[in-house]
Amino acid sequence: MTSPLQQKLKVHGPVVITANRLGDGAVVYWTAAGAWTTDIAAAAVATASARAKQLLAAATADFVHAVDPYVAPVELSPDRRVLPGNLREQIRVSGPTFSLPGA
Amino acid sequence: MYRYDEFDQQLIDERVAEFRDQVRRRLSGELTEDEFKLLRLLNGVYLQLHAYMLRIAIPYGTLSSEQLRMLAHVARRYDKNYGHFTTRQNIQFNWIKLEEIPDTIADLAGAHLHAMQTSGNSIRNITTDHWAGVAPDEIEDPRIWAEILRQWSTLHPEFTFLPRKFKIAITAAKHDRAAVKIHDIGLRLYRNGAGEVGFEVMVGGGLGRTPFVGKTIRPFLPKRDFLSYLEAILRVYNQFGRRDNIYKARIKILVHEIGAESFAKEVEAEWQSIKDGALALDPAVVEEIKSRFRYPVYESLVDEPAELKAALKAEPRFKAWFNNSVSRHKRPGYAIVTLSLKPAGAPPGDCTAEQMDAIADLADRYSGSEIRVGHDQNLVLPHVRQRDLAALWRALDAIGLATPNVGLVSDIIACPGLDYCALANARSIPVAQELTKRFRDLGLAADLGYLHINISGCINACGHHHVGDIGILGVEKNGEEYYQLSLGGRADEHAELGALLGPAMPYAEVADSVEDVVAAYLELRERPAELFAETVKRIGLEPFKERVYAAR
Repeated sequence: MTSPLQQKLKVHGPVVITANRLGDGAVVYWTAAGAWTTDIAAAAVATASARAKQLLAAATADFVHAVDPYVAPVELSPDRRVLPGNLREQIRVSGPTFSLPGA
Repeated sequence: MYRYDEFDQQLIDERVAEFRDQVRRRLSGELTEDEFKLLRLLNGVYLQLHAYMLRIAIPYGTLSSEQLRMLAHVARRYDKNYGHFTTRQNIQFNWIKLEEIPDTIADLAGAHLHAMQTSGNSIRNITTDHWAGVAPDEIEDPRIWAEILRQWSTLHPEFTFLPRKFKIAITAAKHDRAAVKIHDIGLRLYRNGAGEVGFEVMVGGGLGRTPFVGKTIRPFLPKRDFLSYLEAILRVYNQFGRRDNIYKARIKILVHEIGAESFAKEVEAEWQSIKDGALALDPAVVEEIKSRFRYPVYESLVDEPAELKAALKAEPRFKAWFNNSVSRHKRPGYAIVTLSLKPAGAPPGDCTAEQMDAIADLADRYSGSEIRVGHDQNLVLPHVRQRDLAALWRALDAIGLATPNVGLVSDIIACPGLDYCALANARSIPVAQELTKRFRDLGLAADLGYLHINISGCINACGHHHVGDIGILGVEKNGEEYYQLSLGGRADEHAELGALLGPAMPYAEVADSVEDVVAAYLELRERPAELFAETVKRIGLEPFKERVYAAR
């Protein structure tokens, strides 16, 4: 499989770098400060391929804290809040779309 | 129940220690993810959308009450208080932390449970009829042969890294409840014209993006040759199966591309060189394995005891459950009880820790401490005295496990879908939840009769949508969830793949469309006993197509 770093990265609209935390699998985002956060609002947002590629390269280099980073679409609210850009990413932020049985 | 010996215990204990070290090295950064992934996939550990998932093997779907309590403990201690029973008689936990998996599998090993052969390109957990050993229509207990395969396949040095995963299922009954024809190898134990018992061997079945019904390559295989012949099949697959393209790597593609006849010839040639070697089965070895299966000490009882008759007369809800969820046992005075894990509005196959503990207690009290897991994502108590049925029903009803919808329209098989799975394109569980609400009228469900809805959230078909009477496949179109319907599939001895009804529809139209299909069936079936799949076969798709698409 081609590494995400070798793939052509086309960016249409704002994106973030996301992955799963190594120890517990929690959803994490790459920040502009070069660290992982569980808060999508704190993620570094790229709007151009070059910047997205740069962020992805930095995130991928840290293989000790997170697994399989990739570029995910986001939307920016009118007050510039970062929101997940599709249903998959929405579910990664909020969890399954129904009540969990053991709750 | 099968009693593990000291070798089995040592093997799983050693695996726990080995994986504990591998996890430690991954967490410390000594191993990269690429290096670790291969190792975690030897131990049932997947990474899903928001957590790791641990899939635990339940060999041939048989659990002791002690093991079920251990699964309840795992749900409570390491997960979010529930587990999900899968279509391959396994259980998976969706919220496991990698850091805690070594402790989790150490706890599981204490109850002879493990996660080997539940992932990776290995021979997966061998599945069989969930009524094995108690079904009136079976020729002998197929679990003995599944156990022989388990011992042969676990850590088999040649077959740990196959071109792709490999699934084997066995039935020994007239009616196939194990879906053997949609497995890489399907085995049917039967008695031939000469009175000998042996196996029909089918290969190349499977679903996914390229579905096939298995083809018979050997109509009758004597028991003695069981292992050597399967070894020959696996060797041919291991040699010729494609490793260059993951989508063409399953044995079904090889069998399809070279033809079943050529494939059988290759197997035959390989088999001739090994059939009289170490794998030729000594009947004494088979007997030894057979002797390790324990059955309850059955009492001498009669069918339809007075207690049962009185309860059926007195309690209509009990009667409805009895008619739906209780089946004939091979011993007089006993019954097989199916516990529906499909109450209206619930995710199919999910079971809470409290329910698992309660079922374990009921199994101790009423079913020889034994529970079965079916590929239809329901549970079974296999040894219930008929005189205890009313008391058992009351206890099950109190914990939400007495929905009388087994085999009916709301007994839906569904994969975890986009709510959990990293591969999914669309959600499955909410579609199932909506449909179980629409079809919660048990009178209508009983009138419809046997009718299975199967839902998959992507083309990998974990929800077996190709073999549902009504199959629902989630796809993605321009970032939106869409669903294709297919009709007329079935997974039993008359296995057939469903046919695509027409263009995919958005999420909001799926439940209405399924209701339209069901209404059309009610109108168009020749008689109430005509099964859905039979109606589709007789009249084709057109009348259903008209009903679904004309109004939209």
